[in-house]
Formats: sequence, structure tokens, C-alpha cells
Amino acid sequence: MTPPIPDEVVKLIDEVQYEEPAEFPVERGYVWNTCAAVENGNPLFWDDAVAAEITDGPITPPTLLSIWMRKHRWTPTRPSEGLALQVHFDMKQKLGLPEAIISENTIVFHDPVRIGDLISSCQRLRSVSEPKTTKLGTGRFWVIDVEYRNQHDALVGVESYTAFGYVKAGAE
Amino acid sequence: MTLTIDAVHEGQHLTPLTYDVTVTTVVLGALASRDWRPMHHDHDFAVNRNGTKDIFLNTPNQAAWFERYLTDWTGPKGRLGRMTFRMKGSVFPGDTMQLDGVVTAATVDGAGCAWADVDVTLSVDGVVCTTCAARIAIPTSDDDNPWTRRGETWRP
Repeated sequence: MTPPIPDEVVKLIDEVQYEEPAEFPVERGYVWNTCAAVENGNPLFWDDAVAAEITDGPITPPTLLSIWMRKHRWTPTRPSEGLALQVHFDMKQKLGLPEAIISENTIVFHDPVRIGDLISSCQRLRSVSEPKTTKLGTGRFWVIDVEYRNQHDALVGVESYTAFGYVKAGAE
Repeated sequence: MTLTIDAVHEGQHLTPLTYDVTVTTVVLGALASRDWRPMHHDHDFAVNRNGTKDIFLNTPNQAAWFERYLTDWTGPKGRLGRMTFRMKGSVFPGDTMQLDGVVTAATVDGAGCAWADVDVTLSVDGVVCTTCAARIAIPTSDDDNPWTRRGETWRP
């Protein structure tokens, strides 16, 4: 018989969790470091006149979306590193699935992120599948959305992660 | 250079981009994306704990490579709407990675925004490591600017 999804997990579906502001405002150093890392010469990020004309001032590369919520490696009040995508780790624990992979990641971009913005995010568990068996083992898929907003509560992006949590084949 | 949607068609191939990946490429990309996990900067950890042959490019940095590849093609008025990634393998120092893209659709939505759907692959030695299905807004004319769209006029 298929084991049911635990009630405590069912109750979490579509609930807002881990709503929190970023630890620092959006800053330009990361824009330049990222552009340098991938040799991105897009003038939007290097030429203020182009940014003024096209995007009404400097913005950040859209794909930097999630980095504004990544926690510092260390702070005086939080000596251990915080985990990104905490709902993912919660699911592993609540479902008793010690291993997990992210099988797909979708990012939808909305309003541009601007220098000086303070981004906030929240996480929502969207779905949990019935038990599945893949070449990795037996477990469940789950989908988590991370919603990002700026200090004006405007939506700047949504990331959606599909994960497979499992017990390794042969270890059940 | 401003690419407009009339110059985009289904089946169109983007010019490939090749790049020789070094340790610096991997470490710079990881730190620029605030990814402190050791498998992206610590060779010993990557090999002896993760079981990989070396440190490897992290996903957020690969996203930045895909963005650069797409906007090299569109110019600065190209505005990303959506990206979906699937990771199949890793990219290591010493690899020569290649990005290729093909347009799968060129459409205009109900708000008048033009879109190119592009399938991009990142491969090493002909083996695909990551796929990215991207949707990027492209001006309908020299006077159009997708970045001015908000709310109901932006449907990524």
C-alpha cells in the first residue's frame, strides 16, 4: 500500500514560509564581479548612459536574482551559515528521505532589480508527488517556489525548484 | 546593435560561444554568486567528499553564462522573461565549454510583446552538461523597448 503524505506536510502546501528580508541591499560590486566572471559586456551594466536610456537607470543582470538572498558566510550574530531553500531540507527531514537532488529549476523574471533595492523572499511548498522509483532510488518529487519582492512589494521574480528526495536504491 | 523580432525565426541558430574553463573561472563565478560551498573552490573536498574529478561550475554562474550568451545575441534591449535549467553533468577546470542556441519560436503575445523562445545547451566535448529553455523579449521595432513593460503588459 502506498504510504500517505504526512498530514504535517499536506498542511504546508501553498503556505508562506521563511518570509525574510535580505541581509544586505543590492549592490553594484556583485554586478561587475558577475559580468567579469562571464565576460558579459552588456552596456546596461557598464555604461550609465545606456542604462539611463533603456532601463531608466542601473539594474542588475536578471540571473543574479537569487544571490541577493544568499546569507553571509558569517556574521557576529549568526556564526553558522544559514541554509538557502530551507523548505527543501525540511522536506527531506519530514519525509524521511536522506538524499535529494534538484532535477529542474525555472526562473521567471518580473520587475528589474535595481541598485539599492532591498529584496525579500518567501518559500512555498507547491506539491508533493506520490512515491516514485527512479534509477536513484525510491522517494517523492516536490516543487518549491521562492518568490522575490523589492522594498516596494513589487514582484521581481519567482524561482521554482523540482526536487526528488529518495532513499538510495538497495538501501531501503 | 538592436535585434528586432523580424530578424528572428524558428530554427535559427545562434553563433556558438566557446570558452576555456580554468580554476579561476569556477572560483570567480562561485564567489560572484555568493556560493560559498566548498565543491566550487576546494579541490580536495570536491574529489574526496563529492566524488567528482575536480571543482565545478555552480548553477547560478551557469545561469549568468546563459544570460551573457543570449544578450550577446539580442543586444541590451533583449529582456529575459524565463529560464528553465536541467543539469545533466558538470563543467570542470580544463574543459572547453561550448554554448549553442536554436530558436524554437518567435511570437508576439496579446500585449504586443515579441518573444523568442531559445533552446540553449552548454556542452563539453559534444556532451551536453546543461540545457536551458529561455524566453527572451525582443523589440518589435527600433522604437520598441521591452524593459518599459510592467504589470499586465509583461507576461513572461
